[in-house]
Amino acid sequence: MARVLLFGRLADVAGWRERAVDSPFLSTLRTTLAAEDAALGEALAGKGVQVALDQVIVRGDAPLNAATEVAFLPPMSGG
Amino acid sequence: MIRLTFDPFDPGALLTEFAKGRAETGAVATFTGIARAEAGATVALELEAYPGFTEAEIGKIAGAANARFGLDDYDIVHRIGKIAPGEPVVFVATAARHRRAALEACDFLMDYLKSKAPFWKKEHGPDGARWVEPHDRDHADLARWTKEPSS
Repeated sequence: MARVLLFGRLADVAGWRERAVDSPFLSTLRTTLAAEDAALGEALAGKGVQVALDQVIVRGDAPLNAATEVAFLPPMSGG
Repeated sequence: MIRLTFDPFDPGALLTEFAKGRAETGAVATFTGIARAEAGATVALELEAYPGFTEAEIGKIAGAANARFGLDDYDIVHRIGKIAPGEPVVFVATAARHRRAALEACDFLMDYLKSKAPFWKKEHGPDGARWVEPHDRDHADLARWTKEPSS
């Protein structure tokens, strides 16, 4: 079970911030989340949304293990 | 030092503390960002961070500033949670041997904090809340540091 974290507007779209989801890859995790919630699936695939696995930004697909922390990060705005 | 805080802070006190005991530093520059009321359109700002990751990413930005400008030291304090108009949101201080490095490093740090540090900002107004994403101006500000110097 990967631990999925949503930040910023993504958490508002989903209605949750943190969930455990069983999925072997990042790509299959996206498919699972999109099948449950089409609006979230679209938001996760949106422009500027980055993914961090265990707090490291990744591009493309990657395997997930039971303890992987998967964070979806929309465009950042501080200051 | 890099700190995230839910509590209001006093930029004057932070500057006093930062500038203390620097007989060889020569230059300290600071910037304080303050939450704007936007003539009543913003009742509160709300800033979210990703604990651990946010500090680590700010650390990379500070490392880049250090490598580029040769800082003696820096201090970055960023509010998270709900922030009222008029309250400081971010404080950056830089210390260097000479003023140009301190001033430019402070400017550089703020440009990167605005659009590259992992924060998500929500504006609460009388008609509801909206998420703020980087403006074109923020991207243009950032691009200044990747261009070759003009002269």
